[in-house]
Amino acid sequence: MFRFENVGLRYGMGPEILRDISLDIPERSFQFLTGPSGAGKTTLLRLLFLGLKPTRGLITVFGKDRALITRKELPHLRRRIGVVFQDFRLLDHMTTYENVALPLRIRGRDESSYRDDVIDLLKWVGLGERMHVLPPILSGGEKQRAAIARALIEQPEILLADEPTGNVDPPLARRLLRLFIELNRLGTAVVIATHDLQLMEQVDARRMILSEGRLDIHD
Amino acid sequence: MTEPHDDFDDEDVAAETNQVRRGRVTAAPAPPRRRAAPIVPEQNIAGRALIFVIAIMTFLSCLTLGAVSLVRDTASMWESQISREATIQIRPRDGLDMEQALVDASRIASGFAGVRSATVVDRAATSRLLEPWLGAGLNIDDLPVPRLVVVTIDESYPPDFDSMRSLLASEIPTSSLDDHRTWVDRLVAMARTTVTIGLSVLVLMLSATVLSVVFATRGAMAGNGHIIEVLHFVGAEARFIAAEFRRHFLLTGMKGALVGGVLAVLVFVGFGWWSSRNLATPEADQATALFGNFAIGLSGYLGVGLIVLLIGALTAATSHFTVVRYLSEIDLSQQASD
Repeated sequence: MFRFENVGLRYGMGPEILRDISLDIPERSFQFLTGPSGAGKTTLLRLLFLGLKPTRGLITVFGKDRALITRKELPHLRRRIGVVFQDFRLLDHMTTYENVALPLRIRGRDESSYRDDVIDLLKWVGLGERMHVLPPILSGGEKQRAAIARALIEQPEILLADEPTGNVDPPLARRLLRLFIELNRLGTAVVIATHDLQLMEQVDARRMILSEGRLDIHD
Repeated sequence: MTEPHDDFDDEDVAAETNQVRRGRVTAAPAPPRRRAAPIVPEQNIAGRALIFVIAIMTFLSCLTLGAVSLVRDTASMWESQISREATIQIRPRDGLDMEQALVDASRIASGFAGVRSATVVDRAATSRLLEPWLGAGLNIDDLPVPRLVVVTIDESYPPDFDSMRSLLASEIPTSSLDDHRTWVDRLVAMARTTVTIGLSVLVLMLSATVLSVVFATRGAMAGNGHIIEVLHFVGAEARFIAAEFRRHFLLTGMKGALVGGVLAVLVFVGFGWWSSRNLATPEADQATALFGNFAIGLSGYLGVGLIVLLIGALTAATSHFTVVRYLSEIDLSQQASD
């Protein structure tokens, strides 16, 4: 699904943030991306999300060379990738329901065609009772789940989550993890960036450890 | 941290997941029908300030436009009224039969194409003209008073003044033709200067309006950066995002511009009403003498409408370009290093 070969990245004329990264993310796989703060986890996620272009090396996304993907193709490819941002990025003037339905709405789909799907998904993430509430009223964990639901509404082939448990207490973190595992069971590849060791210990999954810009993979 | 309203737990997830997969979840109770929130939020403080700025600038622009059209109409009125007439003056001389000379002059003038009529200012009218200086009861024959023939001219097809002048001079040596050329030229020059100044003021005013609308729109857009970003990252096409913002700001701009335009029209109507109510009072006569009547006419109102549309379109265009630039900045930051 994603393949990196000797990928390097630097911002401007600065030092290389990522160096010689080679990795492979197969379909339906589950992996953690970890490492100390500032190791480049978020940058690597941005590369995966097509939010950045590498300075060198080769990235293949859904069988396409990243360097050859045009700006016009990007929105279509992004719909196949779900992202949960560290800071959620929910729109405060829209209800939970509207935030989750946003990716479908911007594609011009009629509300009646996705209404039930959105409600089902909200129930699945445990926000059935909170769908008509504006984000500022939601708790951290609820926002997190709303962000996850928005990332999942288009049934992406891969879900990227940046510190999804960074703002929640350990019991909720466990529940969210459970959600990701269930999602993976349903066929979505999952990449979770986290530095929460406790969280990783709960699942026997591949760990990709970033340190000083280099990546070690422990299967 | 405790989570309020947290009805979410491990077993539920597994159970519900299975249900979702098997399609057993019956449609949830439909959420109450409400209009979906617009993608661009209605109004924040910057948005309201934008409406105010647009309203004020539109009002001032429309006033300037009205004033300029008033001056232009007045100037062209002066010009046409003066140039509609020319005067033949015949000075008395020993042995000149004044009455005959007047008739001759009138006949000569009438013979030219482009002359509508030539009227002799008769004795009574002449003595009335002189009354302020010489008093009533004047016997015109006692004094060597020059006499006049008023020639009315077809403005669109004026006669050949030079040949009229030379023919008059040969037939009646003491006559002179005043086509008011010097006077008209001076007035026209003044009127044109006034209109030019007015137009420059209008151009300045419109430029100030354009600039303040552009900057106020950009200010209002600054608070929407996160929305553009979220839309971008959930896979919205640039065209879609730009269209949403364009529509929103077109409405905002039109709202502000309409308020300003309507206020300006009210001012014009108010002035018109005031001047018609005070018709024939000294104040109004003075104002009318200077400015004609306070009506900006159909073209003035069309101009106000045009300014309103223009400002709406300008606001929409500015938001469009801001979105496009913002998106290209996001995309540029993709080229982490080049």
